Amino acid sequence: MSMKIIGYIIQKEFKQIFRNKAMLPLIFVLPLIQLIILSNAATFEVKNIKFSYIDHDKTSFSRALIDKFDASTYFNVTTDFSSSKMANAAMLKGEVDVVLEIPQYFERNLLKEKKTDLSITINAIDGAAAGVENVYINQIVQSFNKKALVTLIQPSDLKNRQKNILSIPSFWYNKTLNYKTFMVPGILVLLVTMITLFLSGMNIVREKEIGTLEQMNVTPIKKHQFIIGKLFPFWVIGLMLLTIGLIIARIIFNVPMVGNIFLMYFYTSVYILVILGMGLFISNFTDTQQQAMFIAWFFVVIFILMSGLFTPIESMPKWAQFLTEFNPIKFYVEVMRMVMLKGSNLTDILPQFGKTLLYAVVMNGLAVWSYKKVS
Amino acid sequence: MKKTNVIKAENLTKMFGEFTAVNAISFDVKKGEIFGFLGANGAGKTTAMKMLIGISTPTSGKAEVAGFDVYKNAENIKKNIGYMSQKFALYDDLTVKENITFFGGIYGLSRTQIKEKRTTLINELGLQEVSNELVSSLPLGWKQKLAFSVALLHDPKIIFLDEPTGGVDPITRRQFWEMIYKTAHNGTTVFVTTHYMDEAEYCDRVSIMVDGKIEALDTPKELKKQFKVDSMNDVFLKLARG
Repeated sequence: MSMKIIGYIIQKEFKQIFRNKAMLPLIFVLPLIQLIILSNAATFEVKNIKFSYIDHDKTSFSRALIDKFDASTYFNVTTDFSSSKMANAAMLKGEVDVVLEIPQYFERNLLKEKKTDLSITINAIDGAAAGVENVYINQIVQSFNKKALVTLIQPSDLKNRQKNILSIPSFWYNKTLNYKTFMVPGILVLLVTMITLFLSGMNIVREKEIGTLEQMNVTPIKKHQFIIGKLFPFWVIGLMLLTIGLIIARIIFNVPMVGNIFLMYFYTSVYILVILGMGLFISNFTDTQQQAMFIAWFFVVIFILMSGLFTPIESMPKWAQFLTEFNPIKFYVEVMRMVMLKGSNLTDILPQFGKTLLYAVVMNGLAVWSYKKVS
Repeated sequence: MKKTNVIKAENLTKMFGEFTAVNAISFDVKKGEIFGFLGANGAGKTTAMKMLIGISTPTSGKAEVAGFDVYKNAENIKKNIGYMSQKFALYDDLTVKENITFFGGIYGLSRTQIKEKRTTLINELGLQEVSNELVSSLPLGWKQKLAFSVALLHDPKIIFLDEPTGGVDPITRRQFWEMIYKTAHNGTTVFVTTHYMDEAEYCDRVSIMVDGKIEALDTPKELKKQFKVDSMNDVFLKLARG
């Protein structure tokens, strides 16, 4: 009896969703376009750095150094300036990111005294990018140094030559350091979350707006029947989105699926419950779709920016790190990356799974409690 | 023959903060009666009705509907009543058939019952041609008649109609009232609010609410006598103007 009533509601919801010609592409096509665009665009790699220089020396050494920058794939050598004043003006206008100033007697000092100074100016408005640029510059200067030393070193010096410590990194789980491998699972999380949250949050509010919710409340239908019937279709849609996203990750981005795909689905099916509970909770406290949308956005933006998707959680202040413990998206991003890239099993993701399950219970409890048939 | 009361209200009150929307109203409605619930806009009709149909908890007072208490047994009341709101409350994006199936389903009717009722209802309303059309494509009058019939699907003891004929043409209104009469004749109690005073004349008994209180309650005939006027319209004007 109870199941039958839920069945009637589910049937009705699916009919309404698939009948809405404007909504279907929004649900399935837009997220996939987002996945493809964002995964390609949201990169942390610093490339195409606009590099300029002031060469006061104009010797074969100084030219060799500049050539080294030119040869690097990270730098685009744009201009050479005759004075630092002009270089500064260009930096102010944003025409250049890095200015290298080679002093006069660069070559002479290097040959005679075996040391010399270089001045490097970096636009550090984006601090993270500036740090990366600094590392690249140092690497190039270092390698230039090594070559210079070889030509400069006298055989007698050979004994004094310092022994370098050489570290050879080996990159695990993402051998080629492909940022897409890192980003695609994360962005997939966003899509599954956003679509299910918005759809579920607005669905019940929409019935409030139209007036059909009042009609529902006058029927003897039980709270749990109504809620399960209402949310189940969006649970299915969430899993469908995951499926399409995983296929795209595989085919277009070549992201491996190292772990068990069923574990991914198992975790996701619990995770979506958290989001649906949240959507229902929001719809219980709002009267219009507009309000529901704003509140959903508020949470989604905070959750995304504090999920570790774009910025590492380790570098957040302590209080913010504590807050991320209440962020379901964080757990999902972690699990998605762990299972897809590292092949983690259920035991590995148990902490995240436990928290997500608890979250689902609490959120849905709150949602059911706050849903009132009687005002 | 003494008829039983299916609605009993005693000092029923609803306050929203400091504002008293419904102020200690008392009345009874008998089985099979057409009870007109009149009042100006904002007089508290809809609020009072919402308490009776179990979607709004009274602030104080007592009320029983279909033998169940509105405080403790609201969900049992819902099994025994039908409700048609001011706002059209069928699903616009479902077809006529789908709406009937859905509402039949959530009231717990069996598949065969739904099928039978669906056929009868569509035939009676003459909706055969449009039974697979979306409800949004129907004219308002048809929609209202359909909504009324859907509210009766589960054979409720009482049907609550909140301004069912608002915005409907006179011919359809006439047909609508014929449906109401037929329903009452079959033993279903009809509790109806309206702004049309000619409709008030059709009711067995009429109550008139002014500022949250019931100021008059009797048969249309008695009310006209009491206020020494010829029509319900004049009764209403005399009361509403104070």
